[in-house]
Amino acid sequence: MEARRASRTVSDPKVRHVGFFTPDPNPQPGWNPLASDTPVSNSLSPVMIPPPRQPSDRTAAVPVPETGIRRQTGADQVPVGSYNPSESLLGSSPAPSSPSSRVGLVDGEFSEESNGWFRRSESGKYASSLPDTMVDRAPENSASAAPVLESKKSVEATGKGGKAVVEEQNEVQSSSMPLKEKTTKAERRALQEAQRAAKASGKEGNKSAAVSQGAAPVKPVKQPSQKKDGPPVSVSVSVVSFDKKGGDRPPEKERKKDVPAPRMQFDDKSRVQKAKKHAVVKQTEARNRVELFRHLPQYEHGTQLPDLESKFFQLDPVHPAIYKVGLQYLAGDISGGNARCIAMLQAFKEAIEDYSTPQEKTLARDLTAKISSYVSFFIECRPLSIGMGNAIRSLKTRITDLPLTLSESEAKAALCSDIEHFINEKIILADKVIVRHAVTKIRDGDVLLTYGSSCVVEMILLYAHEMGKQFRVVVVDSRPKLEGQALLRRLVAKGLSCTYSHINALSYVMHEVTKVFLGAASVLSNGTVYSRVGTASVAMVANAFHVPVLICCEAYKFHERVQLDSICFNELGDPDAIAKVSGRTDVNYLNNWANKENLQLLNLMYDATPSDYISMIVTDYGMIPPTSVPVIVREYRRDHVFI
Amino acid sequence: MPDVQVLVNDFINKLRKRKIEGSQATSRQTAELLRSVISQTRVPYTNQAGALIDAVRAVGEQLIAANPVELAVGNIVRRVLHIIREEDLSLATAAVAGLGLSSVSDDEDDAERDNHPVLSAAVVAAAARSTLRPPSLQTLLEDVPDSGAVPHTSSSGGDSEGKSKSADKSSRSRKLKHDVIEALNELIQDITTCHELIAEQAVEHIHQNEVILTLGSSRTVLEFLCAAKEKKRSFRVFVAEGAPRYQGHLLAKDLVTRGLQTTLITDSAVFAMISRVNMVIVGAHAVMANGGVIAPVGLNMVALAAQRHAVPFVVLAGSHKLCPLYPHNPEVLLNELRSPSELLDFGEFSDCMDFGTGTASPLLHVVNPTFDYVPPKLVSLFITDTGGHNPSYVYRLIADYYSADDLVVQQRPPTAS
Repeated sequence: MEARRASRTVSDPKVRHVGFFTPDPNPQPGWNPLASDTPVSNSLSPVMIPPPRQPSDRTAAVPVPETGIRRQTGADQVPVGSYNPSESLLGSSPAPSSPSSRVGLVDGEFSEESNGWFRRSESGKYASSLPDTMVDRAPENSASAAPVLESKKSVEATGKGGKAVVEEQNEVQSSSMPLKEKTTKAERRALQEAQRAAKASGKEGNKSAAVSQGAAPVKPVKQPSQKKDGPPVSVSVSVVSFDKKGGDRPPEKERKKDVPAPRMQFDDKSRVQKAKKHAVVKQTEARNRVELFRHLPQYEHGTQLPDLESKFFQLDPVHPAIYKVGLQYLAGDISGGNARCIAMLQAFKEAIEDYSTPQEKTLARDLTAKISSYVSFFIECRPLSIGMGNAIRSLKTRITDLPLTLSESEAKAALCSDIEHFINEKIILADKVIVRHAVTKIRDGDVLLTYGSSCVVEMILLYAHEMGKQFRVVVVDSRPKLEGQALLRRLVAKGLSCTYSHINALSYVMHEVTKVFLGAASVLSNGTVYSRVGTASVAMVANAFHVPVLICCEAYKFHERVQLDSICFNELGDPDAIAKVSGRTDVNYLNNWANKENLQLLNLMYDATPSDYISMIVTDYGMIPPTSVPVIVREYRRDHVFI
Repeated sequence: MPDVQVLVNDFINKLRKRKIEGSQATSRQTAELLRSVISQTRVPYTNQAGALIDAVRAVGEQLIAANPVELAVGNIVRRVLHIIREEDLSLATAAVAGLGLSSVSDDEDDAERDNHPVLSAAVVAAAARSTLRPPSLQTLLEDVPDSGAVPHTSSSGGDSEGKSKSADKSSRSRKLKHDVIEALNELIQDITTCHELIAEQAVEHIHQNEVILTLGSSRTVLEFLCAAKEKKRSFRVFVAEGAPRYQGHLLAKDLVTRGLQTTLITDSAVFAMISRVNMVIVGAHAVMANGGVIAPVGLNMVALAAQRHAVPFVVLAGSHKLCPLYPHNPEVLLNELRSPSELLDFGEFSDCMDFGTGTASPLLHVVNPTFDYVPPKLVSLFITDTGGHNPSYVYRLIADYYSADDLVVQQRPPTAS
């Protein structure tokens, strides 16, 4: 560990392996950064002109815009990373001992990252001021004609080269690490990082080249030097700065894609009208709406379900599997982020299996449109969770990236297996990893508090119980869903010693609690945890009592959106659920509340927990502080594309 | 006085069975009970005050023991004791003043009457003045031996010269009892009207378009908000329902019938909503001497959220809720656990709950506390019937209502018996 860290600080900007990273399972002896170039260029999207790393090499591997092939068959084809999904899925489970070190890495990363921030502006200087101008590649570079273009390319090359070197070193150093899958992720990420760096710095390179063209040929040379001997600190810094640059400013096109489309605001009358025209679900707006939440959709509950059910057999564009899941959402039969996401993906899978491309249409376009219509149907049934949004996004990217050469059945099979992969890897396996991590934080004699019903937290508790740890669980619950009762029942049935209370009694029970485990619907990139309403209160009280708060959340639910309060974006539940108290006939003061002009009932579904209440987020990439969420989002977002 | 004993036992039973809810009802009934106790107590010629105090103490002790969590009982007992002392002193000073005008020779007699045989009239007058006056550091220093001596030295001192002026004394004793009962009536009046006094201040605190959050139900809060509404202020109220009693529903209904814009939210949504709230106004169960509040369960959470968002947290409390005790571990010691059936349906969970019958300890516990303790640092303002006060000033308010000797009611001083 020590050695690794030391070397990292010298040469490795790759501290950003927040989670696990492992070497290439079968490192090829003759592997060199150049070899890695091929997949890079292949994986580039057709629009991006892949900047050659060196002219000779480039001519050999001319970027063919058939990106999809590599993606789609990536599992068996990728020469370098050898991403082997079956292996990664079944073979390895993370070493349970790793979490602490992981957290350490994260810290390391942060310091380095800030370094990168500081140095960023100077990077150009660093690069150009490197003394050893001449090494093996110089001649080739000088052969190139246009200096401006060259500078661009070469800058990119340095970035990439640096990466590659780092990659290589990593492999050598940590070849004992398990977990194949992450290596390849890391690599892929690294490659993409490099591309982005290239693009970003390309712009700057242009500029700088315009100013002083003499500097241009100097730059590329830095890379070999770094490769050869123990890299000087400045080099590593520059590398850091390069890929930081890439990370921080994605090229225009990508950036545009990154910015989430503005959500539908329901106080915008005209748009709501427009949306209504296409709606499958017949919705009537709720009366007595809360002024503060005009921008959120709120409909009368109870009318939609029978209406939709009656439509079930009039087969309109919606696939029956989709229809079924939509109904289940509407009825509340499926709830919980993971369950909803899995149900949705499986419905998509069924729909894709039954799909056939109409005449004179391409599969990619038509299927994307289909999926979009399904998604809007789901949204009508119940607003999507952020994790579902991410899953949809990755599925759509997969569809658009399908190579045109693929036959329809092949494409469908590929998509179905991708969906399966997503479910297995991003949800099921991720949960297992989270459980392994979180269990290390449970000690004998602990009193663990959990709120509501999170399936990951339940798995953690049950797993810890199976491991024979002695602890008590405090289940805190709140109206109107009372999800905690179901959790309580399951835990007690498994023999865990439980205490049940309601959210108002938090201050009373918090005295004895030693740790708080909470689930999350999403983790936003400012560290805010978006979760079942009440989570923020629990975290706040725990914070006031100096009890650590651990959030357990799969990384596919991370989102780059930021949010400060619980009002701008939320989901409204059925207000009638508030007026009626189940099992309490004596509380019936509000039986006909809808007739009262001045009374509104507000049933919020989620709230946003500020990041300073959170001690740690346990995710499938390791245990991170909330400040590291943007790192996960930034670095691993690309992975979703690959499913 | 058997009939009084019946009344007392009846009230004690009610307290034990938690039949009386709300500190206002409790305190009013306590005061009424004590009034009848006092009126039925036969006062000896000498040391009337001591006798009354003993009688009230004996009853008060039982009442407090019946429901130690209902602090209002203890408060009222202490208030009554304080009233007796005050009335006694004011009578004494009046007498001293009268005597001082007529002749100085009666000095000795006057001293006897005031149960301070060895002290001169001037000192007694000074002592009397000092007790009527709000205590300062000086009076505290002077006062301690005097007031401590009132009930005890009297018995010994009174015997020696008691016979000489019996007629005068009987009239005086009737006067004392009468005065005390008068004062008690005033106290009961105060308790019943404290809402109005508090509500009068509403317009000073609520401005136009204010957004107010409250939790659970409190009559004081209801009156307070409605008073502001009557003064043509328009504002909206968020009411958290206050599980597991759901008194918030009741409050929301009442507010709506009075024409206020009301939104009912779940308790879990308090944190989400508090960022849009201008002020939190809540009722209290009791206010402790350090400025901490014993409040309906859930309010500590609300107070923390309010602090986080810098929202003023205002507590409305009638003066009968001011408790002269300093809390120690109030979350546990001044709390009460209610039935789990309010949280869990026994029918649904019966299969999980019978683990206790075996050798193993039960797997399932249900915690349903009634109160929360809100530490003084989370409270921005107390509004009582005497005006607004800072939490740090509560100890001083208490000095107006209670005398230092009564803080411990339960433990009878050994000399008294």
